Amino acid sequence: MTTPSDRRYTREHEWVLLENGGRALAGITHHAQDQLGDIVYLDLPKPGTPLKQSQKLGEVESVKAVSDIYSPVSGEVVEVNAEVVAHPEVVNQDPYGRGWLLRVAISDRAELEGLLSADEYDHLVAKQGH
Amino acid sequence: MEKVWQEPGDSRRHLLMERSVAGRVGCSLPGLDVPEQPMPSAGLLREELRLPEVTEPEVVRYFTLLSQLNFSVDTHFYPLGSCTMKYNPKVGEAVASLPGFAQLHPRQPDATTQGALELMHRLQTSLADITGMTGVSLAPMAGAHGELAGTLMVRAYHHSRGEAHRKKVLVPDSAHGTNPASAAMGGFHVVAIPSDRQGNMDLEALRKEATADLAGMMFTLPNTLGLFDPNVAEICDIVHQAGGMVYCDGANMNALLGRVKLGELGFDVAHLNLHKTFSTPHGGGGPGAGPVCAGPTLSPFLPSPVVLKEGSRHKLGRPPKSIGKLGGFHGNFGVLVRALAYISLLGGQGMREISLNAVINANYLLSRLKDVYHLPYDRRCMHEVVLCARNQRAVGVKGLDVAKRLLDYGFHAPTMYFPLIVEEALMVEPTETESRETLDAFIQALREIDREARENPDLVRGAPHSTPISRLDEATAARHPDLRWRAQEQ
Amino acid sequence: MLRAIGVASAEELFQDIPQRFRNPPLRLPSPLSELELRQEMEALAERDLYPGKYASFLGAGAYRHFIPAVVWAIASRGEFLTSYTPYQPEVSQGTLQVAYEFQSAVCELLGMEAANAGMYDGPTALAEAALMACRVTHRYRVAVLDTVSPTYREVLETYARGQEIEVRQVPQKAVRLDAETACLVAQHPNFFGYLEELDALSVAAHKAGALLVTSVDPTAMGLFKPPGAFGADIATAEGQPLGIPLSFGGPYVGLFASRQEHLRQMPGRIVGRTRDGQGRTGYVLTLQTREQHIRRERATSNICTSEALVALACTVYVAALGKQGMQRVAELCYHKAHYAASEIAKLPGYSLPLSGTFFQEFVVRCPSPPAKVNEHLLERRIIGGLDVSDQVPQGMLLCVTEMNSRKEIDALVSALAEVKG
Repeated sequence: MTTPSDRRYTREHEWVLLENGGRALAGITHHAQDQLGDIVYLDLPKPGTPLKQSQKLGEVESVKAVSDIYSPVSGEVVEVNAEVVAHPEVVNQDPYGRGWLLRVAISDRAELEGLLSADEYDHLVAKQGH
Repeated sequence: MEKVWQEPGDSRRHLLMERSVAGRVGCSLPGLDVPEQPMPSAGLLREELRLPEVTEPEVVRYFTLLSQLNFSVDTHFYPLGSCTMKYNPKVGEAVASLPGFAQLHPRQPDATTQGALELMHRLQTSLADITGMTGVSLAPMAGAHGELAGTLMVRAYHHSRGEAHRKKVLVPDSAHGTNPASAAMGGFHVVAIPSDRQGNMDLEALRKEATADLAGMMFTLPNTLGLFDPNVAEICDIVHQAGGMVYCDGANMNALLGRVKLGELGFDVAHLNLHKTFSTPHGGGGPGAGPVCAGPTLSPFLPSPVVLKEGSRHKLGRPPKSIGKLGGFHGNFGVLVRALAYISLLGGQGMREISLNAVINANYLLSRLKDVYHLPYDRRCMHEVVLCARNQRAVGVKGLDVAKRLLDYGFHAPTMYFPLIVEEALMVEPTETESRETLDAFIQALREIDREARENPDLVRGAPHSTPISRLDEATAARHPDLRWRAQEQ
Repeated sequence: MLRAIGVASAEELFQDIPQRFRNPPLRLPSPLSELELRQEMEALAERDLYPGKYASFLGAGAYRHFIPAVVWAIASRGEFLTSYTPYQPEVSQGTLQVAYEFQSAVCELLGMEAANAGMYDGPTALAEAALMACRVTHRYRVAVLDTVSPTYREVLETYARGQEIEVRQVPQKAVRLDAETACLVAQHPNFFGYLEELDALSVAAHKAGALLVTSVDPTAMGLFKPPGAFGADIATAEGQPLGIPLSFGGPYVGLFASRQEHLRQMPGRIVGRTRDGQGRTGYVLTLQTREQHIRRERATSNICTSEALVALACTVYVAALGKQGMQRVAELCYHKAHYAASEIAKLPGYSLPLSGTFFQEFVVRCPSPPAKVNEHLLERRIIGGLDVSDQVPQGMLLCVTEMNSRKEIDALVSALAEVKG
C-alpha cells in the first residue's frame, strides 16, 4: 500500500491529516495495523479530552497484543469515529480512509512541521527492517 | 481422537438451556420436615430463575460427551512447556476424598482438626526440606497467588525497615510471564534484565540496575529457556548487596528436586506449584496450590495462616509480621492432601529420580530433534527444551502451524511463542512419567511434520484436520464478545 | 538414552549447578507403598471430628449442602481432571464449553450481564472486584460495610495494600461516601446471615459516583432477588455451596460478574463463543489482552491458574438441581433455619439480638460465653456455631441447611437448653 502524501506521520506510526478550520483527522498507519494483525478493540478518549503531542491518547488491541497510541498533535478531541469503535476491523481494511480514529481541534499548527513526510516515514519503516 | 462431532448443526453440543424442558429435574430432594415458616416480603423474593431443567441421564450424557472433546494427561502426551503435565497418581484422588478431610469444616476448633493440621504441618516440613527454606505458608491457591504473596512480603520487609522508597523489581527477560503482573500488584515497577548469548542473565546489565531503589528480583530457575544459570549464587549476592530480596519462581522445580536447595543458593522467598511439580491434577485450569517458602529474613512476613506444632498438638497461627490473609481459609487443602501423598509415595530418593528422568527425557528430545528444529541456545537443557521453527518458517510454515499439526498426530502442542526472546519458540516439557516409546513417537511426529512443511505446506498450515473443530475465529470472538447463553436466541 | 544424548553419566546433565550446591541431603522419609500411604492417610483423617460424623451448625463462609453423586462422577473424569488451561481450543472444547455454561449460570444466578470463568474463592473475588472498581472509576478508596465478613475484609486489605488503595470501614447504619470512593462493598446476606438493603446502598453508592460491589451466597439466589436487580455493578460469590465439599477450606471457586460496560476491566479467564473456518460453533479463551501474559505489569490481575475443575463441579450441580432444585434447596434452608431460630429464641437465657430478614444463618445471644456453649455441644456430638462474641456480646453465629434434619435441630435445641447462664 502506498503511503498517502497528503498528511504527516509520527515515528510511532500515527498519521494526521489537516482539514478545514483548524481541524485534523488522526489514525494509525498501514504498517501499524499490519504489525498488530486483526484489530479487535480501540480504547479512545471522549470528545472534549485535551491532547498533548507525543503523549499517550489511547490503546489499540489485537487478539494477542496491546499497543499505545500517541497523539500526533496537541489540541482537543472533537469526534471519535463511531464506525471503528463498533467495527475495529475497519482500521485493518482502510487505515488511511474510513479507519480514521479521532477528529481533533488542533492548537498549534506548527507542530505538524516536526512530523515526518510520507517519504520520510516510508524510509523509517524500511530502516526498521519491514 | 474419536470424531464425536461432525456436522455444523450437530445437536449433541447444544447448550444446557437449549436442552431444557419445563418441569425436569436432575436430582431428588427431601420434603420439609419442620413446620413451614413465614416468608419475607415479596419485594425481596426472586421472580424469575432461568436455569436448565434437565434429567440426570441428560446431565451425564452431555458432560461426558464434552469431556471426550478434551486432550488430557490421562489420554494423551501433553508436553506443554513450563506446565509439568506429568501423570497424577490416582491414590491422590482417593485420599483427598476421605471423609475426615473432604467433609471437614475450615472453622472448626483446632482440637477437632488435628489430623488435617498434622498433614499440613508435614507438608510444610517437607517443602522446607526440599527448598532449603525455613518457613512455609500453604495459603496461596495458585502459582500467581504465591507470587503475589512473595511480592507483598518483600514490600512489607522494606516498609518495616523504613525503606518504602525501594520500588524497583528486576525481572529477567527469560522469566515467567506472570512475574511483571505480580510485581505490579505488589506496588512495584518492573525493569527487565536481558539474557546473554548463552541464555544466562547479563551480569553487567544486572550490576547497572542494582541501585538504592532496588526492592528485589524475580528469578525463574531453571529459566524459561530450560537452562540453569550457573551464576545464580552470584546474582543473589549482587541483589543482596544492593539491599534487595531475591524471589524464585519455582514453577520449574521439577528439574531441581533433590539436586539443589533454593535457600542455599541465596533465594529469600520462592513459590512452588503443587499442581506441576507435586503432581496434583491441573483440572483444566485449577485448582492449584502455590505454597510460599521463605528464608530467615522473610519468614516473619509469610501469609496467614501457618500450622504450628506445640508438643504433640498442632494449631493454626499467624507469623509475627504477616502480610495477612490471602484467601478465605487455609489454602487449597484438597490439593495439599494430594501433594503430601505424592511426596510420601516417592520419599527423598524418589525426588532425585523425578528430576533425573525429567532432565534425561528433555535432553533426549533435544538431541533427537535439533538437526531438524533449530536449537537457539546450543547447550544441554534441564527439564524442558526450547526449540524454534526457524527452519520451517523459511518454507512458510510457522511454529503455530507445527503445533496445530501435532494435534492431528495425537499429541498436545508445546507451549508456543514463549519465551518471547526466541522467535517461533516451541517449548517442550516431556516430564519424567513418559516412556521412551512415547518420546520416540513424538520425535517421529515432529520430524514427519518438518517433512510435510517442505513437501505439502498447506497441509500443515491448515491443521488441525482431525479435531472436533478447526482453528477458531478469535478476532470475532474478541470484537463481539459472546460470553453467555441468552434467552432471546430462542 | 544417555548414549543418544551423548553423555557418559546422567550426573553430567546437572553440571550447570555449581558443585558445592549439588545433590544436598534430604531429610524426607523413605517412600511408602500405595497401601502404606492409604493406611497412614486414613489414620490422619480418622483423628478429625467432621460434620457428618457429628451434627454441625457451623457456616460463616463455608456451607454444608447436599451434593448429588452426579457432580463428582463428572468432575472426576480424567479428561477434565488432568487437562491444562485450554490454550489449544481444538483439543479443549470440553473445558471451554463447560466454562461458557459456567459463565451463563453465574450471570443468571447473580442477575448480571457478563461473568468470567472463576476466581480462587469468594474473598479473593470480592477483593479483585474492589480493585476493578478502582480501575473503572480512577479512584483509590474502598468503602466496606462493617457487616461484611472480617475474613473478607482482611483479604481485601491484603490485596489493596500493594497498590496503596485505602480501605475504609463504614457503619451499615450510616453510610456516607465521599467523592474519592471507588466503590461500596456489601455482603448479601451479610456475615451475620441477614439481607442488606441493597436498593438503598445502590442509591448511596451511585449518588457518590461510586460502584456497588457485592458478595452473595449463591444458594440464597434460588430464593432471593439477585444483586443485579438492585443495580450492583460488580457481583461476586463464594461458589463452594454449589456442590463443593467443605474440604477444610478449599479448593473452592469465586464467582465474578459485572455489567457489560466494565468487561474490559475484568480480571481472570473469559471464554467466548465463535466459529471455526467451516462455520462450526466453538469456544475459545477471549479478551486475553486484559491478562498478565500480554499486558504484563498493566494487566487487570496476575491470576492465571484458577479453579476450573471446581467451576465445572458447580456447573454440573446447577444443571442437576436446575431451576426447581435451586429453589427447593433455598426454601429448605430458609424454613429449617427459621424453625431452629424460633425454637432457640424460646429458651430461657437465649435471644436473637439482630433484626431483619435472614436466610440460613442467624446470631443467637447465649446465656454464657459461646466458647463454653460449644464445648458442651461437642460433648453432645454437635459442632456448634461460630463464636462472634467480639462483635455481638455472647453471640454465636449458627447455620442451618437442608443437611440438618429436624431430629438434629431438636437435639441442638435440647443441648442448648442444658447450658445455664
